[in-house]
Amino acid sequence: MARHIVARTSEIPPGGNKVVDVAGRDIVVFHVNGEFFALLNRCPHEGAPLEKAACVARLTSPEPGVYERSRVGEMLRCPWHGWEFDMRNGQSWFDPKRFKIRSYPVAVERGDELQKGPYVAETFPVHVEDSYVIVEV
Amino acid sequence: MSEVIDRPLRDDEKPAASRLRIVDCDVHPSLRSTDDLNEFLPKRWQQHLREYGSHLRTPYLFTTPYPRSSPLIARRDAWPPTGGVPGSDLAFMQKQHLDPLDVEFGILQVLDLFIFSQQNLEFGAAIQRAINDWQLAFWSHRDPRLKASILVGQDGVDLAIAEIDRCAKTGEYIQINVSPRANEPLGRRRYWPIYERAQELDLPLGIHVGGYGGHAPTGGGWPSYYVEEHQSNAHTIAAQLASLVIEGVPERFPKLKIVFIEGGFGWIPSAVWRMDQHFERFRSEVPHLKRKPSEYVREHFWFTTQPIDEPDEARHLRSLIEWVGIDRLLFSSDYPHWDFDDPRFAFKTPLTEAERRKIFSTNARAVYKF
Ligand code: FES
Repeated sequence: MARHIVARTSEIPPGGNKVVDVAGRDIVVFHVNGEFFALLNRCPHEGAPLEKAACVARLTSPEPGVYERSRVGEMLRCPWHGWEFDMRNGQSWFDPKRFKIRSYPVAVERGDELQKGPYVAETFPVHVEDSYVIVEV
Repeated sequence: MSEVIDRPLRDDEKPAASRLRIVDCDVHPSLRSTDDLNEFLPKRWQQHLREYGSHLRTPYLFTTPYPRSSPLIARRDAWPPTGGVPGSDLAFMQKQHLDPLDVEFGILQVLDLFIFSQQNLEFGAAIQRAINDWQLAFWSHRDPRLKASILVGQDGVDLAIAEIDRCAKTGEYIQINVSPRANEPLGRRRYWPIYERAQELDLPLGIHVGGYGGHAPTGGGWPSYYVEEHQSNAHTIAAQLASLVIEGVPERFPKLKIVFIEGGFGWIPSAVWRMDQHFERFRSEVPHLKRKPSEYVREHFWFTTQPIDEPDEARHLRSLIEWVGIDRLLFSSDYPHWDFDDPRFAFKTPLTEAERRKIFSTNARAVYKF
C-alpha cells in the first residue's frame, strides 16, 4: 500500500469530485460536508462512471406520505440505473450482500506534515501552507 | 425452426472477429430544438407547433403524468459537453456509445414530440413526415451505422400508407414503426392495411413501448408512481401481443415480422403458455386461428432485450432466455436513457459464443437484412 497525493483540498469543491488515476486505477474522490471519500470510478452493476453519480441524501419513510432525509450528500446514486451506495464504505443500499464499490482510505494532511513522509505525488509540488488529499492504494 | 437460427454464419461473423460487433436495436436520437424540423415541416404546421405545442393524450400539457427517474429520462453522463439534450449530438453519441461499444448498426427510435400520441391526425402525419426526413438528414446520412425507421400513426391509416410509400421508395428505412398505444388494440382490422403494406414491402413492424395513448397505462387504471407506471410497459406489450396474435394478424399476413422494442422479455413465457392453454379451450371462438398462438409468436415476433430482468440467480435468466428462444432476442441498449444496458455487462448469465453472436448481432441482421 502506498499513499498518493491526489489533490489539493481546495481543488474539489463541496459536493464535487475529481477523477484520478492512481497506480493504473480509475478512482473518483468526492468531497462531502468537509470530508473526502475515494471510490473506484465504476458501478459494480453495469460499470457506469461514478463521477457522474448524484450525491444524494438517505431518504426514508416511516409511513406513506412521510419522508425523512438524513446523511445529506453522503449517498451516491448511480448515473444509470440509480442504485444507491454509501459513500463511506461503498456499501450498496439496494443489495448489500452482493454489491459493493471498492473504496480506498483517504486522509487530509497539511503540506508541512507531508514533506516528511514517503508519499507519491501525482502531479503536485507540495507547498507547506496547503492541505492535500491522500489516497491509499 | 426459424430463418434466423438456420442462417449460416459468414466468415466475418466468426467468433474472434465478432466478439463485440453489435447491432443495437434501440438508440434514441433527440432533436436539439424543434427548429431542426423547420426545413421538413410546412409553415402551416410550424406555426401550429409554436402556438399549440405537441400533445400527449392525457390532461397534461408539455409534460408527462409521472416524474421520471432523471431529467429527460436520461443517463446523467449522457448530456453532451457541447450543450443540448442527451442524444442530440452525433459526435458525442459516437464517442460515448457507438465507437467504444463497437456498434456495427444502431437502429434509431425517435420519441420526440410524442409522435404517436397526436390526436390531430394531419398534424401527427406532418410531424411524422418531418421526423422521418430528419432521421436521414441529421443521422443516417452523417453516420451510416445509424438506421432510420418509418414512423407512422396508425389511427390515420390512409396517411400512414402514403407516408410508408413515400419513405419506402428511398430504400433507406429498415422498418415501419407504429404506436404501442393506438386508439384500439393493435390487432384490430382497421390497422390491417398498414400490416399488409409492411408485408408487401418486406419491412418489419417495430413497436417501441412507451408513451400515453389516452387509456390508463395499466389495465387497472392510473398508477400513483413512476416505478409503478414503468412496470406497465410489460403489460401493454403483452396485451398487444395477444391482440395481434388472437385477432389473426400473423395468420392473415404470414410473412409479416414484428419487433417489440423496450418491453423486455421476462413476461413472455407465461403470456405464451396462457394463450396456448386458452386456445385449446376456446378454439371455437377464434376459428380463424389455424395454429397455436405460441407458433405464431415463435415465427413472427422478436423482442429487444432491454430492460433486462435480473433474477437473483443467473440460471433463472438462462432458463428465461431458453423459454423465449435465443433466436427471438435482439440486443438493445436504450442509449442514452437511464435504464441503458451495457452489452458487456447486461447479461448476467453464461452464454456461449454462438448464443452471444445471435443475440448481439445475427438475429437482428437477419430480421433487418443488414
Ligand atoms: S450501472 Fe450503476 S446502477 Fe446500473
